[in-house]
Amino acid sequence: MKAVIVQELERSYDKVEALKGISFEVDQGEIFGIIGPDGAGKTTLFRILTTLLLADSGFASVDGNEVVKDYKSIRKKIGYMPGRFSLYQDLTVEENLKIFASIFKTTIEENYHLIKDIYQQIEPFKKRKAGALSGGMKQKLALSCALIHKPVVLFLDEPTTGVDPVSRKEFWDMLDKLKHQGITILVSTPYMDEASLCNRIGLIQDGNFLKIDTPENIINQYENVLLAAQSNQMSKLLKDLRTEEDINTCFAFGDSHHITIKKESLAENGGNFSIDKLTMDLSNKGHKDIHIEPIKAGIEDCFMELAK
Amino acid sequence: MRQFLIFTQKEFFHIFRDRWTMMMLLALPIAMIILFGFGITTEIKNTRFAIYDPSRDVATQGIVNTMEKNEYFTLEGYVENPDQIETIFKEGKIGLLVVFSEGFYENLVHTGDAQVQLIADGTDPNTASTITNYATNIIAGYQLELLKIGEIPFQITPEVKLLYNPTMKSAYNIVPGVIGMVLMLICAMMTSVSMAKEKELGTMEVILVSPMPPILIVISKVIPYFVISIVNLMNVLALAVFVLEVPIVGNFFLLVFVSLLFIFVALALGLLISTMVETQLVALLLSVVGLLMPVIMLSGLMFPIENMPIILQYVAQLIPAKWYITAMRDVMIKGLGFTSIIKEVAVLSIMALVLITISLKKFKIRLE
Amino acid sequence: MKVIESENLTKRFGQFTAVDNISFAVEKGEIFGFLGANGAGKTTAMRMLCGLSKPTSGKGTVSGFDIEKQSEEVKKNIGYMSQKFALYEDLKVWENLRLYGGIYGIEKKAIGPKIDALLHQLGFESEKNTMVKSLPLGWKQKLAFSAAIFHEPKIVFLDEPTGGVDPAARRQFWELIYDASDRGITVFVTTHYMDEAEYCNRVSIMVDGRIEALDSPKNLKKQFEAENMDHVFHQLARRAKRN
Repeated sequence: MKAVIVQELERSYDKVEALKGISFEVDQGEIFGIIGPDGAGKTTLFRILTTLLLADSGFASVDGNEVVKDYKSIRKKIGYMPGRFSLYQDLTVEENLKIFASIFKTTIEENYHLIKDIYQQIEPFKKRKAGALSGGMKQKLALSCALIHKPVVLFLDEPTTGVDPVSRKEFWDMLDKLKHQGITILVSTPYMDEASLCNRIGLIQDGNFLKIDTPENIINQYENVLLAAQSNQMSKLLKDLRTEEDINTCFAFGDSHHITIKKESLAENGGNFSIDKLTMDLSNKGHKDIHIEPIKAGIEDCFMELAK
Repeated sequence: MRQFLIFTQKEFFHIFRDRWTMMMLLALPIAMIILFGFGITTEIKNTRFAIYDPSRDVATQGIVNTMEKNEYFTLEGYVENPDQIETIFKEGKIGLLVVFSEGFYENLVHTGDAQVQLIADGTDPNTASTITNYATNIIAGYQLELLKIGEIPFQITPEVKLLYNPTMKSAYNIVPGVIGMVLMLICAMMTSVSMAKEKELGTMEVILVSPMPPILIVISKVIPYFVISIVNLMNVLALAVFVLEVPIVGNFFLLVFVSLLFIFVALALGLLISTMVETQLVALLLSVVGLLMPVIMLSGLMFPIENMPIILQYVAQLIPAKWYITAMRDVMIKGLGFTSIIKEVAVLSIMALVLITISLKKFKIRLE
Repeated sequence: MKVIESENLTKRFGQFTAVDNISFAVEKGEIFGFLGANGAGKTTAMRMLCGLSKPTSGKGTVSGFDIEKQSEEVKKNIGYMSQKFALYEDLKVWENLRLYGGIYGIEKKAIGPKIDALLHQLGFESEKNTMVKSLPLGWKQKLAFSAAIFHEPKIVFLDEPTGGVDPAARRQFWELIYDASDRGITVFVTTHYMDEAEYCNRVSIMVDGRIEALDSPKNLKKQFEAENMDHVFHQLARRAKRN
C-alpha cells in the first residue's frame, strides 16, 4: 500500500488556482520532498492531505484512507507541523508537549523513545516558555509535538524556512533517523540544496509539478551543456556573458556564474562554440583570471531549466 | 477524559499567565459596578431651590422645612419679587423654584385646594422631571401629615408613592443591568477572542488535525469563562448588597439560576462569533459592536424601552440582556417568584438552545 | 571611505550578552554579508546600527553619524528591508512607493516622475496600479528593495531579503543589489543561503555574539580549507556554546 496517493487534485481560491490537477504517490518509509518557491501550492497541498481543506476535485488518500470520507481515521495517525511553529507561546516546553500528547490520547512517557533524540536537546529548557525559545529550539519542540503519538505519516510544511544552515542540517539528520524507524515523511521546502536529502522529490511551481523523481535521476536527465565561469570582475562578467550570442542563460551561482549554451551553437550541431573562444572574447572585454569549466548540474539548475 | 482535562487546564493557564487578561476579567466588573453605581447616576442630589412665598404661613413653612431636611434639596433662599425669577434661573443658582399661592394655608384648610407651582430648568428635561417628581412627593407627603392632624373628614390625597424604589435610588436599576453587561462582555468577548487567537497562531490547525472531537475543543474553551463568570456574578452581587446597599429581596437561588441561563446564552454568542472570524481584532470589534453596544443601548439599562421608536422596540426584544435584566429586576428588587419570570426564562432558554445549536453546526472541522 | 564603523559594540539584556564587543568597518559601495546562526546576535547588532536600539557599551557610526547620539540622522541616511515586512499588501504599487518617498521627505513634485522612472527601469510599468498582495513574491521583493533605496540612501540594510523566493527571482534580486552597489550604495545583508554569501565582497560570521571570522569569501575558504561558504559556516557555527 502506498502511504500517500494523490490524483488530479485541483483547488482554487477565488480566481487563483493554487493546485492545477497534480498527481503523485509516496511509498511507505520514504522521505518525499516537495520543493518549490513560496506560492507554488505547497501549503494548500499539505492542508488537503491533512484533512484541513477540501479539494475542488480529484482524489487523495493517506495510508489507505480517503481524505474527505475517512478524515477521522487520518487525524488519528498522522503528525503535522504547519509552516508557522504552532506552539502555545505562553506555555512551557513541557506543557506544550503534554497537551499534544493528551489530545492524541497518549502520554510523554509512553512514546518517549520516539522523541528522545530530539527532545533531549531541549529538555534542559523544559520549564521555559515556548515563546522564549530560539528558532532552532522551537523547531525541535514542534517536531517533538508532531511525533509524540507515533504517527504513520509525518507532514512537515516548510520546517526549515528561516532557520540557519547548521540547524537545518541537524533537522535533516533527525528526519533521517525517523525514516529508519519506518515513518513516512512528506516535507516541503524552498531550499533547493535540501533536495539531495530526500529519497524522491517533486519540483513544484504555480500549482504544477515540474518533475517527480529521485534527485539523482533529475540531475542525470539535465540535457544542457552547463559551464561555470569566473573572472576578476564577477558583476561585469554577468552582463558581458549575457551579450554573448552563443549563450542561452546566465545566472550567478555563488562564486561562479552558471551558463548554458544554445543548442545550435554546440560543435556537435555544427556550431562554433568553444570554451577557448569564449575565454578569448571575455579577455578582449578586459576580464582577467578567467576560468571556465564544464560542470554537473545541481537541483537548482534543473529547477530553473524546467521552470522556464 | 484526560485529553479533555488537560486541554481545559491549558485554557486556565492562558488566562492566569496574562496579567492584562486577569485584570480585564476580575477587576473590570468591579470597576464597572462601582462606576455605574456611584458615578454615572441618574439621581439628583443637593438640588438648590428657591421659594417665592407671598403667604408665609404655617403650611408653606412646613413644606419648606420638609424639603430642606431632604437630602435631595438645599435651600438657596427666598425670592421677594416675581421679576427676579428669570434672572435667578439664568444665573444657574437654582434647579427648582417653588411658588406658593397667596393665602396658601387658608385655601388648603377651607377649600382643600391650595396651589403650588414647581418651576424647574427645562434645558435638561430628564433632570427637570426627576426634580419635580421628588418635590411633588415631598409636598404630597406633607399634605398627608397635615390632613391626619387636621381631622378633616373627606379629602382627596394625591398619592404618588413610588413602588419598589421609594427613594428612586438609581443603583436599584443599574445593578441588574451591569451584571448583564459584565457577563456578556466576559463570556462572549473572551470566548470569541481566545478562539480567534488559536486560529491566528496556527495552533488550531494542529488541534484540528488530531483525534480531539470538535465538541471537546469548544467545551474546554468555554469552561474557564463559565467559572470566571460565576465568580464575577458573586463579586458584583456582594458589592451591590454591601457597598451600594441594594438588597436582594427575592430568592437567591432563582437569581443564580436566571444568571446561569444568561451565561449560557452569552457563551453561545461568543462561540457563534468565533466561528465567523479569523482574527482576534475582528472578534473583539464584533463583540463590542454586536453585543456590548446593544446591551447598553437597547436592553433598557440606559434608556427605557417604552420611549424608543417602535422599530427599536422590536429590535430590543431580540437582545438577550433585555430579558435577563427584566427577570433580574423582578427577582432581585421586586422579590417576585419563579412564576412571574416564566416568560423571560422561556425566551432565554430558547435563545440558548438555538444559539448553541447554530454555533456547534457552524464549528468547522476543517480550516474553511 | 568607511560608511559603517563599529568599535567594541556590545549589547546586554540583563545577564545575557547578545552582542559581545564587535568591531568592524564597511567601505562605501561594498556588499557586506552579515552571517550567523539563529540567535547569534545578528538582529540585535543590526538594530543598533539602524539606530533602533542603544548599545550597552562601545561606539558605532553609520554614514558618519553616531548611532547612539544621532540616531535620527542615521535613519535619514539608511534604507531598510526585511523579509517579514517590506510593503503594505493592501496598497497599490505606486502608493507604496509614494509612501516611502513621503516618509523620507522626497519633494512632492519629484516623487511622481521618480516612481515612473523606477517602474520603467524594473519593467513594472503595467503593474503600477496593481495591489501589492496580488504580485508574485519575487516581484514583491524586488519592488521592496527598490522602495528601500528609493530615497537614495548611503547604506541599505537587508534582513534575509530572499527567503522563499524562487531560484531565478533570487538571482534577479541579487543583480539589483549589484547595480545598487555599482551606484555607490553600501549593502549590508543577512542571509541563510550560503551561495548568496559568495556574492558578497566581504563576509562576517557571528557566533555567540562575537564576530569569529571576517574576510572575503575567497580568503575565508582558504583560511578554513573549505570547498564553499557552507562548509566555512558549519565549521564556525558548530563552535557555538549557547542554546
